[in-house]
Amino acid sequence: MLSIKNLHASVEDKAILKGLDLEVKAGEVHAIMGPNGSGKSTLGNVLAGREAYEVTEGEVLLDGSDLLALSPEDRAREGVFLAFQYPIEIPGVSNINFLKTALSEIRAYKGLPPMEARDFLKKVKEKQQLVEFDAKLANRSLNEGFSGGEKKRNEIFQLAMLEPKLAILDETDSGLDIDALRIVARGVNQLRADNNAFILITHYQRLLEYIVPDFVHVLYNGRIVRSGTKELALELEEKGYDWIKETVDA
Amino acid sequence: MLDEAATDTMITQISDSLYTHLIKTYDGNLPSAGLHSLDEIRTQAFERFKSMGFPTVKQEDWKYTNVQPLIGQRYSLDTEMPSGTPALDKALIPKLDAHRIVLVNGRYSSELSTDEEIPGLQIMPIEQAFDRLCFAKYFAAYADKTDNPFVALNTASFTSGLFIEVGKSRQLQKPIHIIHVAATDKPLFTQTRNLYVMGAFAEAEIIESFITEDGAEHNLNNQVSEIVLRENAKLQHYYLQVAGPQSNYLNHTEVHQEKHSLYNNYNCSFPGAAFVRNNINVQMGDSEVESHLYGIALTAGNQLVDNHTIVDHIKPHCESYEWYKNITQDTSTAVFNGKIFVRLDAQKTNAFQQNNNMLIGEKSAIYTKPQLEIFADDVKCSHGCTIGQFDNEALFYLRARGISEAQARVLLVHAFAFDVTSRFLNAAVREYVEHLVEEGL
Ligand SMILES: Nc1ncnc2c1ncn2[C@@H]1O[C@H](COP(=O)(O)OP(=O)(O)OP(=O)(O)O)[C@@H](O)[C@H]1O
Ligand SMILES: [Mg+2]
Repeated sequence: MLSIKNLHASVEDKAILKGLDLEVKAGEVHAIMGPNGSGKSTLGNVLAGREAYEVTEGEVLLDGSDLLALSPEDRAREGVFLAFQYPIEIPGVSNINFLKTALSEIRAYKGLPPMEARDFLKKVKEKQQLVEFDAKLANRSLNEGFSGGEKKRNEIFQLAMLEPKLAILDETDSGLDIDALRIVARGVNQLRADNNAFILITHYQRLLEYIVPDFVHVLYNGRIVRSGTKELALELEEKGYDWIKETVDA
Repeated sequence: MLDEAATDTMITQISDSLYTHLIKTYDGNLPSAGLHSLDEIRTQAFERFKSMGFPTVKQEDWKYTNVQPLIGQRYSLDTEMPSGTPALDKALIPKLDAHRIVLVNGRYSSELSTDEEIPGLQIMPIEQAFDRLCFAKYFAAYADKTDNPFVALNTASFTSGLFIEVGKSRQLQKPIHIIHVAATDKPLFTQTRNLYVMGAFAEAEIIESFITEDGAEHNLNNQVSEIVLRENAKLQHYYLQVAGPQSNYLNHTEVHQEKHSLYNNYNCSFPGAAFVRNNINVQMGDSEVESHLYGIALTAGNQLVDNHTIVDHIKPHCESYEWYKNITQDTSTAVFNGKIFVRLDAQKTNAFQQNNNMLIGEKSAIYTKPQLEIFADDVKCSHGCTIGQFDNEALFYLRARGISEAQARVLLVHAFAFDVTSRFLNAAVREYVEHLVEEGL
């Protein structure tokens, strides 16, 4: 589904991704871990198309076609979804209106007619229940005055509503209480399917107990320096990153 | 045709043509003929106008709003109805059920208006109201105390306009929708004078739309509206500026409020009219008066929209609330000047003012100046002013969910305008304005 080859990206002329390779197949869940500042969010932002991030080398293919050539909105319409590490607040834009607009634009892109109001509301209700997202929050302005955890939960609610092909969750687990973590994990597990894939960026092996990944990667200094299965996460939890840094830097 | 050599020390050379034209044609032969007191008011006003002349950018109140190019042109002063019936579709507000009043170049058109008898409501061309008691009492009673030369000129030589009186304790079921149409095949200068009187305990809603007929010639419209709210009266007043680029406006609104009255003004300008200057003055003439002034100006092209407001707290226990938002695109200019006076006597005043600006066009300009003058000591007053651009983070967030950049901008401008649009009590007007915001981007 997603094929990243030798990806180099920089921000303000500072190289951050330095030759990153990653293959994600449909139906898979990949976890990406790594020390602070190693480039994990940068990877998410590059995939989502944030303008400040300049790709200087390499390629990213989504189902065989060039993802980097697309505008952010077209990437989303092609099924890329980034759950932000720090979702922003947009006062005055209602959550529901925002989702309705997003959904209808994605549908129009695919040549589908807009959803009937009734069906839309049914879907909202169903997904709200799935991720236990308070209906009161759904009707408020986008993230305005939401707690940190509520914002993260809203990202997952949006994910459930838009049903993307490739979801990248950037530290969605950070700032969630134990119950919220379980709910988010249950939501993701229910959304997992043969035709979609997840990339979970996380610092905590705890999340991976709830959402069991097929692969775990370590991103360090702009590259994937080690890949393994879920046991790698346990090992990192126990030993930290120093042993990896030492071997890489050597 | 005109004596170009006529000079006057008060005016600059370029403004001669309209000025001299007005001077030459001012013969005192007014529709008020016969009413001695009115004639006198008008003659005095003309003297006042002559001594002030047209304003220049040297005057603080006109610093960013140069009228010289407008008044330097030649106009016909003849506001006779044009041949043919102008289309009104540009002013139609979906889902609005209202009494319709149409003024073409300021003249009341009974043909285009819904001419119906409404108990307790008097609507007529202003010249038919000259002999009314409340006309004598309120005409030129407040507006002419200001130093706006265009008011003096209007008082001296208006040719048409509208008189509305809502009788004591009358609560109108339907809004009054006034459509001002500019329709002319020659450059035209119009002067319209309106007087709206709300009787004690009366309640009404007046919605005014400004439109231009397709293909109309250049026109400049100097309009003065005087509004009086008697005790406990309530008026919801909307201005919807949707005219075309050929049209230019100098609108002066003077509101005088008596005890316990409520006046809400919603002042909206959209891309179109080349030049719009609104003066909206509210005089809180007694205690326990409440006023709300909301404004939204979405400008484009080379437009200029200038809103000057004055809220004058004269007596204690009054409340005013003002919120203006400007969104400028292309090379347009928006001006906001909000004066609040809290007089010595006006203890326990509550005055709030907020002005937020969103500069979209890199070459657009915003001039904003809040001015608070407080002479009483036991008052609550606050004001704030912000200038910003599109929030790129917000734009990206929306796009990352599949929303096009254009649509994301619409959402963000809606969000920006929301503080104001959400205050519109009339849902049909609110929806219409939200739609105009979308169209205007
Ligand atoms: N917009 C930006 N402008 C300047 N520097 C940036 C920007 N975005 C990222 N960086 C820098 O790039 C490096 C990688 O940042 P990134 O956010 O990708 O790290 P991360 O792996 O997600 O870290 P964390 O675990 O703390 O979230 C950091 O040194 C960061 O300061
Ligand atoms: Mg990060």
